[in-house]
Amino acid sequence: METERIPSLEMRGITKRFGEVVANRNVNLKVYPGEVLAILGENGCGKTTLMNMASGIYFPDEGQVFVNGREAVIRSPKDAYDLKIGMIHQHFKLVDLFTAAENIDLGIRGSNLKDVNARVREIADKYGFVIDPEKKIYEMSVSEKQTVEIIKVLYRGADILILDEPTAVLTLQEIRKLFSVLRSMVQDGKSVIIITHKLNEVLEVSDRVAIMRKGEHIATVDTCDTNESQLTEMMVGKKVALNIERSEPLDPSPRLEVRHLNARDKEGLPVLKDVSFTVNGGEILGIAGIAGSGQKELLEAIAGLQPLDSGEIIFHNPKKDKPVTYFHKSQRRVRELAKQGAFHYTDGRPVDVKTMTRRQVTAGEVLFNEDEIMNLRDKTPLQIRQLGVRLSFVPEDRLGMGLVGNMGITDNMMLRSYRKGHAGMLNRKKPAELAKQIIQELEVVTPGISTPVRRLSGGNVQKVLVGREISSAPKVLMAAYPVRGLDINSSYTIYNLLNRQKKSGTAVIYVGEDLDVLMELCDRILVMNSGAVTGIADGRTVEKEELGYLMTKTHHAGGEEAEQE
Amino acid sequence: MNQSLFVIILNFLVDSLTFGAVFMYGSTGEIITEKGGHLNLGIPGIMCMGGAGGCIALAVLAPVVPPAVLVIAGILTAFLMASVMGVIYSFLTVTLRANQNVTGLALTTFGVGLMKVLMSNKNLMKAEVYLVKPKDYFRWPFSLLQRPLQDAGLSAVQGLGIMFFMAVAIAIVASIVLYRTKIGLNLRAVGENPATADAAGINVTRYRYLSTIIGSGIAGLGGFYYIIDYMVSQEAYLSIEALGWLSIALVIFVLWRPHMTIPGSFLFGVLFSCSPFLAALGMNITMAAKPVFKMLPYVVTVLVLIISSVRNKRENQPPASLGLNYFREER
Repeated sequence: METERIPSLEMRGITKRFGEVVANRNVNLKVYPGEVLAILGENGCGKTTLMNMASGIYFPDEGQVFVNGREAVIRSPKDAYDLKIGMIHQHFKLVDLFTAAENIDLGIRGSNLKDVNARVREIADKYGFVIDPEKKIYEMSVSEKQTVEIIKVLYRGADILILDEPTAVLTLQEIRKLFSVLRSMVQDGKSVIIITHKLNEVLEVSDRVAIMRKGEHIATVDTCDTNESQLTEMMVGKKVALNIERSEPLDPSPRLEVRHLNARDKEGLPVLKDVSFTVNGGEILGIAGIAGSGQKELLEAIAGLQPLDSGEIIFHNPKKDKPVTYFHKSQRRVRELAKQGAFHYTDGRPVDVKTMTRRQVTAGEVLFNEDEIMNLRDKTPLQIRQLGVRLSFVPEDRLGMGLVGNMGITDNMMLRSYRKGHAGMLNRKKPAELAKQIIQELEVVTPGISTPVRRLSGGNVQKVLVGREISSAPKVLMAAYPVRGLDINSSYTIYNLLNRQKKSGTAVIYVGEDLDVLMELCDRILVMNSGAVTGIADGRTVEKEELGYLMTKTHHAGGEEAEQE
Repeated sequence: MNQSLFVIILNFLVDSLTFGAVFMYGSTGEIITEKGGHLNLGIPGIMCMGGAGGCIALAVLAPVVPPAVLVIAGILTAFLMASVMGVIYSFLTVTLRANQNVTGLALTTFGVGLMKVLMSNKNLMKAEVYLVKPKDYFRWPFSLLQRPLQDAGLSAVQGLGIMFFMAVAIAIVASIVLYRTKIGLNLRAVGENPATADAAGINVTRYRYLSTIIGSGIAGLGGFYYIIDYMVSQEAYLSIEALGWLSIALVIFVLWRPHMTIPGSFLFGVLFSCSPFLAALGMNITMAAKPVFKMLPYVVTVLVLIISSVRNKRENQPPASLGLNYFREER
C-alpha cells in the first residue's frame, strides 16, 4: 500500500560537490503527503545542502527531483515556491524593520496589504498560530520570527515545508507548540521535512526518519520501528582508524579549572549551563558536541571574551621550582616577592631578601616555592596577559577573529607583540623573523611574508594562525575546529603541532567535530549538549556510539542528569 | 516702514523656499538611492553634471526650437546627463562591486571638474541665449504677473516656477511610492536586507540600478534648477558642489523621508541665506561672520544625528545595508 502512493517530493541519485568536497553523494529521498519526515545526521553530513537543492538555493550536479511524480527543475527559490516547496532556514530571512505582514507579502506581485493581514490571520487560525501581522520583526521573539517564516511559506501556498533545525532556538514550550502546529499541517495533507540532530524530537514528531552520514543517505526507517540507540549507531557509523599519534600524558597536573560557568547570549538565552571541568598540563582535552552547543562560548569565556553570569576560571601557573627570571623581569617585583618569602634556592634553602643578590636571580638560582593560582573570571584578554598567563586561542573564525586578512604574515605576528618596542615605534624585526620561521617550519605556501593572508589557502591561513599562537610557548592552548576545511596533510600537520605542545606540558583544549579524530587525538573527551556538559569520557576507551548518545540526548529544564562515565 | 519690513520678510521666506528646491531635488534623489542601499556620495558631481547637461541643451537648442519645448528639452537633458552618472555609479558598485564611498567621491570630483570645463566654454555658453531667453518660461505662471509683483515689491514670488512645483511634486510622489506601494516595499527591502529580498524573488540588481539611476536624475535637476531658474547667472555653476553636500546632509536631517525634504529644504534655505537677510534688516554682519551662518545647516544636521542616535528608534536609522554591496554568497 505504501508503495502505491505518489511521493510529494522525491530526490533521486542526488550528488553535489563544492570544489573538491562532495557534500552529497547519490542521495535518495522520498516524502509523502500527510507525513513528517525527519532528516537526522551530524554536523556537516549534508542535510542542509540536500534540502537547499529542494528549495532552489543550490542546483544538484547529478540526479533528479520529482514533485508529485513529475520531474522538476528547481533553479531558484521562486521555482521552488511555484512547485509549492517552501523552506524555513535556520537563519531567518526577514527584514527587521518591516511588519510581519510586509515580510510575508514581500516579492509577491499584485497583492494588497489589507488582504494580506486578513489572509495571515486566516492561516494562523487554521493551524493554530498566534501572530500579530502588524507587529514589526525587530520587536519579536525568536519563536515569533519563526512563526512569521512558516506563515510566509504557507502564504505562498507551499504543500511541502522544509524546516532546518527549527527547534535550535526555541524553549521547550515553544517546541511543543511548533510540533502541534506541524501535526495540524500534516493532517491537512501537507508534507513536512524537518532537519534535526536531536533524537528525542525525531522520535516525538516524525513518521519516518532518513539518516545521513558524511554526505550519504544511510537508511530511511519508520519511526515506530526504531529507537535511540539504533538511530545513534546509524548516525555516527563505525569507528574509522586514522593513525594519529597519541603519547601518554607526562606528569599531568591541573592547569585550568572551570567551575560552574553560566552565561547568556545577547537575547538572554542560556548558552553555558553550569559547566565544570579541569584540564591538565600535558594532555589534550577534546570537546565534542553538535555545533552551537556552547563550545564557542566556553572558549571565549576562558579567553575573556564572553561575559559570565556566575562561575570561576582558575588558572594554575606552574611556577613551582622554576627560576624567577623565567617569569619576572622587574627587579622591584622580584624583591617584593622575595620579601613575601616566595622563593628558595636550587639547593632547597629558603631565600632571605637581605642576602639575595641580583646575580643569583639572573643566574637562575632563585626558584619559586609554589604554583601561582589565579582567577581569570571577568578579566579582559589584555589583563589576562598582563597577569603573565600565557593563554593562546585559535578561534573558529580565522580571518574574522584570528588574523587580519588584508595584512601580511609579519603584521599579523605583530598583533600579538605590537606593545613591545620603544617610544611608540614598532619593532618589526622580531615579528619578521618569527614569520619566516613559521613559513619554514610549518611549510606555509606563500609568495612572501608581506602577502595579505586572505590570499593564502585555508590550510596555510590556519598554519599561520596556529604558528603564531604556539610561538608564545602557551601554558594553555585552545583551538576551535583547527582542521576545518583543511586537506588531510595540513590536518596532520596541525595534529602534530598540538601533540608537540602537549609534550612540552601545555594544556591543550581541542574543539572538533569529527568524532574519529577526537577519539584518536585526545586523552579525554568532554561532550557538550545545549550549553551543558553531558559527560567526560576517556579518549582511549570510549565507544563512538556513547559519544553520539551524549551529544544528542536532550535533558530539558529541571534535573540535569550529568552523568560521568 | 512696517509694510516694507513685512515685504522684506516675505521676500526672504519665499526666496528661501525657492532656494530650498535645490536641496529638495538633491535629497529626494539621494533618498531614493539610499533606500535601495547605495550611499551615493557622487551627488555633488551629479548635480553639477545635471546642471551642465541642461544648460548645454538650452544653449544648443535655443536658436532653433520654441521656448516651451526648450523648457522640456532642458529638463530632460539635465535628467539624462545626471542619470548617466548614476549608470556609471551602479555599474561600478553593483556589477564590479567597487567600494561605494570611493566610487561616489570619484564621481563628485569627476562631475565637478567636467562641468567646469563645459560651462567655461564662452563660445557656446552665451548668457543671453541659454539663460535669458527661457527664463520667463521656467518661471511660469508667476512670470505673467511680473509687473504687479514688482510693484508690490514681491519679486521673489516669481521664483516659484514650474521647476519649484515639480520638486515638491517629486518629493511627495517619492514618499508615496516608497511607503505606500509594492515597488517601494521591495526597494526598502533591498536596502535593508538584500539577501532576504533576493530570496523573496526580488531582483536586487535591477532595483539597485534603477533606484540609483532615477535618484541621480532627480538630483541632477537640482543643479539645473539652481543655474537656470534660481540664480539665472553665468557664475552660478561654481557653487553647486557645496549645495550637493548640503543635500546629502539634508537626507540625514529628514531621516530618509522624501516628503520631509519640503519643510527641511525650506529650513536649510533659511539658515543658509539668513546672513544677507539679517544685513538687510540693518544688522551689522562682518565678512568673517558669513561663513559661520553658512555653517548652520550642518550644525542642525549634526544635532539631528545626535538626537536620533540617542533615541535610537529603529525607524529613524539609515537603511541597514546602506553602503554595502550585495552579491549572492556562493559556498
